[in-house]
Amino acid sequence: MANKNSLYSIVAVVFLLLILLVGVQGLGWYLLFGVLIPYVAVVFFIVGFVYQVLRWASSPVPFHIPTVCGQQKSLPWIKADKMDSPQTTGGVVARLALDILFFRPLLKNDRIELQEPQKLLFKTSTYLWLGALAFHWSCLIILLRHSRFFLEPVPSVVLWLQWFDGIFQGLLPILYATDLIILLALSYLFIRRVVYPQIRYISLPSDYFVPLLILGIVVSGILMRLVYRVDLMQVKAWVMSMLSFHPTLPKGVNLLFYIHLFFVCLLIAYFPLSKLMHMPGIFLSPTRNLRNVSRSERHINPWDRPVKVHTYQEYEDEFREAMKEVGLPLEKD
Amino acid sequence: MTEEALKGNALKIDHTTPDRGWMDPAVEFRKGTYCYPASVKHMNYLGLPNPREWQPYDQDWKLPKNWKSILLEGMKDRLKRYRSYKLFLDICVRCGACADKCHFFIGSGDPKNMPVLRTELLRSIYRRYFTLSGKIFGKLTGARELTEDVVKEWFYYFYQCTECRRCSVFCPYGIDTCEMTMMARELLSLIGCNINWIVEPASNCFRTGNHLGVPPHAFKSTVDFAIDEIKEITGIEISVPINRKGAEILFISPSADYFGNPHWYTFLGYLMLFHEIGLDYTWSTYASEGGNFGLFHSADLAKRLNAKIYSEAKRLGVKWILGGECGHMWRVLHQYMDTLNGPADFLMEPVSPVTGTHFENAKSTKMVHICEFTADLIQNKKLRLDPSRNKKWKVTYHDSCNTSRGMGFFEEPRYILKQVCQEFYEMPENTIRERTFCCGSGAGLGADENMEMRLRGGLPRANAVRYVQQQYGVNLLTCICAIDKASFPPLLEYWAPGVEVAGIHELVGNALVMKGEKERIADLRGEPFEQKEENGHV
Repeated sequence: MANKNSLYSIVAVVFLLLILLVGVQGLGWYLLFGVLIPYVAVVFFIVGFVYQVLRWASSPVPFHIPTVCGQQKSLPWIKADKMDSPQTTGGVVARLALDILFFRPLLKNDRIELQEPQKLLFKTSTYLWLGALAFHWSCLIILLRHSRFFLEPVPSVVLWLQWFDGIFQGLLPILYATDLIILLALSYLFIRRVVYPQIRYISLPSDYFVPLLILGIVVSGILMRLVYRVDLMQVKAWVMSMLSFHPTLPKGVNLLFYIHLFFVCLLIAYFPLSKLMHMPGIFLSPTRNLRNVSRSERHINPWDRPVKVHTYQEYEDEFREAMKEVGLPLEKD
Repeated sequence: MTEEALKGNALKIDHTTPDRGWMDPAVEFRKGTYCYPASVKHMNYLGLPNPREWQPYDQDWKLPKNWKSILLEGMKDRLKRYRSYKLFLDICVRCGACADKCHFFIGSGDPKNMPVLRTELLRSIYRRYFTLSGKIFGKLTGARELTEDVVKEWFYYFYQCTECRRCSVFCPYGIDTCEMTMMARELLSLIGCNINWIVEPASNCFRTGNHLGVPPHAFKSTVDFAIDEIKEITGIEISVPINRKGAEILFISPSADYFGNPHWYTFLGYLMLFHEIGLDYTWSTYASEGGNFGLFHSADLAKRLNAKIYSEAKRLGVKWILGGECGHMWRVLHQYMDTLNGPADFLMEPVSPVTGTHFENAKSTKMVHICEFTADLIQNKKLRLDPSRNKKWKVTYHDSCNTSRGMGFFEEPRYILKQVCQEFYEMPENTIRERTFCCGSGAGLGADENMEMRLRGGLPRANAVRYVQQQYGVNLLTCICAIDKASFPPLLEYWAPGVEVAGIHELVGNALVMKGEKERIADLRGEPFEQKEENGHV
């Protein structure tokens, strides 16, 4: 069943690829794939993204539930952990920043090994951390590199980044370091889902679909650089025309460009509907973005409501005689 | 099963994944792995919906006719009220980092005990009825129909989570399965599916003031018994104020402290300490419970039980509140009480009457943890301690889930332990502090009928205990949680025989040199000190 899930995703991605091939190569629907779908996808992405974040934000955080991972602030001579038991907004920002930028919780990861008879061993396991970090960081750098298609003039930061990313080009012509890293990282993250029985068991078809889609984007992108090159100036001209709402069809491009573009459109349109929303979600996570100060500052529950309680009077009414007998003080004799 | 297991028929643990996919909800209710449903009497006393007689192994659970719409409406309502529910249902990427962090998964090998799948049980229903992608793509995005089998599956697995929050430490987004379990249990409660081990204590607590159902006169005689015992041990006749108006401090502890074993010795420790420092305090019979089994049922029930603490503090006119050793009690007091039943503006910022220390960290709730209080006393050298009276113990410390991940309460108890005993050893790093393992019986799952699951859930903790037992000869596991104190003795008897269990204030009571005491010949357990000549008492 679980292996079927990865198969479903492969079939889905191949099917989408076929749609594009037929659409562009067979039917010549350039307008659809070069202009309409990109516009629709971007609208889907923006509206969906904003809607989801607002939908989350519309629900309150009724209780103060940070997951505390360090010493609380109590007595002055006990050293409090300012970040993992944050008392200030600065502490929360530091905690979130490290979690978001460096995936700190994954760094804590350990693997349990069961040894006979019933003996547990803890083994540090940082592959997931490494894979995830490599994937997300190269993803970010690649996105930033792509901003040269959207910005005129291209900011020097982007050019610098591009230069740095291409530092190994002396060894491997025109291949960016991040291209290689993202390929390796994605392959690891995908294969991990197929190979490890537990991870395979929990994986849904959509969990395979997303890395495959991104893999399609990466491979088509790399091929466009290395083998079947496209005219980057023309691509930029097309992006600019799209951005100025005077769309033209891209010129000087090939089928790979359309595959790249179509997969990007699918990814961003699917983004707000999917688990990819973990990206904005982590900022709202109440176990991570609250300070550990719930005994010194009151947290308000906006929907707090009265409940039926058992009052002291009711209690004393039931037990008055017995209390009197053993000499416990009473409100009413 | 349980007895067989205890006889040495080792529990089999198999971590291989089954052929059957998780979306199939069928559950087998095997004896020893589930808790009995709540009795009609106690559900009625609390006014909980849809009380009835039923058993989990019955084919027909006699669910109310409109059970499905009750659940879906309940879900919709809770999604509106809790950001955590919405967010945690949406953002999991199933990376699997949490998979082997759950003590129940480690001990049972049942994949639905991986935190990710436990939540997926809810998430699949959420997707099917509340998300666009689930409605369009169905099974491909992991959406499932809500059926009676799903209800049974929820009941089985959400009462196999102790809300310990360990998974949330390892989750890159802090997804907290405890929140998911709380939501699922509230939903199940709406259609009358509760467990008795939660509802009966909650109903007792509502009526008599404590989970064990101890009425005020019995409380009084228990205290009298403790006074006699302390007199026997120390030669000192102490007095223990109950329901006394105008005291400075109201003291509240879990009821197991004055009724359970080995809690009792911690109870003696409190009383001796308070006498020694001449504390102006009182117990209350109306608020004779610090714990809150309501938390394991619903936010409303947690609030109903918790309300007694502030209302009693107000009635008695105390200045602030001191709380005993307990785990989930402190989750409620630290993270919920002020929100549920505050503001406590009729109380004063807690100040230790002995040292003058201001407990600024509790300036809003006005409630201080006894370990904070005692650590401050010791640090200010207000207590005379003789750690040699605890010399027969090689001590380790179990961080309780709730005080750890709910509060960040790590150093205070360790400081006290190091002052009152001679040998202290930490368990391995992956199993302490914020990474501590649950005892396997928290969140209302400590029922006898659930013993197999408790033993399985307790394996990771017990395994670490066994490690320090073999490595350093540790023979005492200390903790500051009433559920721990109740659940560890059978657990350790099975997994690490020879290690006993104690609260921190039991060791404080042993070491405390009291003014005018006679020469002590036995510890609080009544066990004679060894070789007393060698280490003459002060």
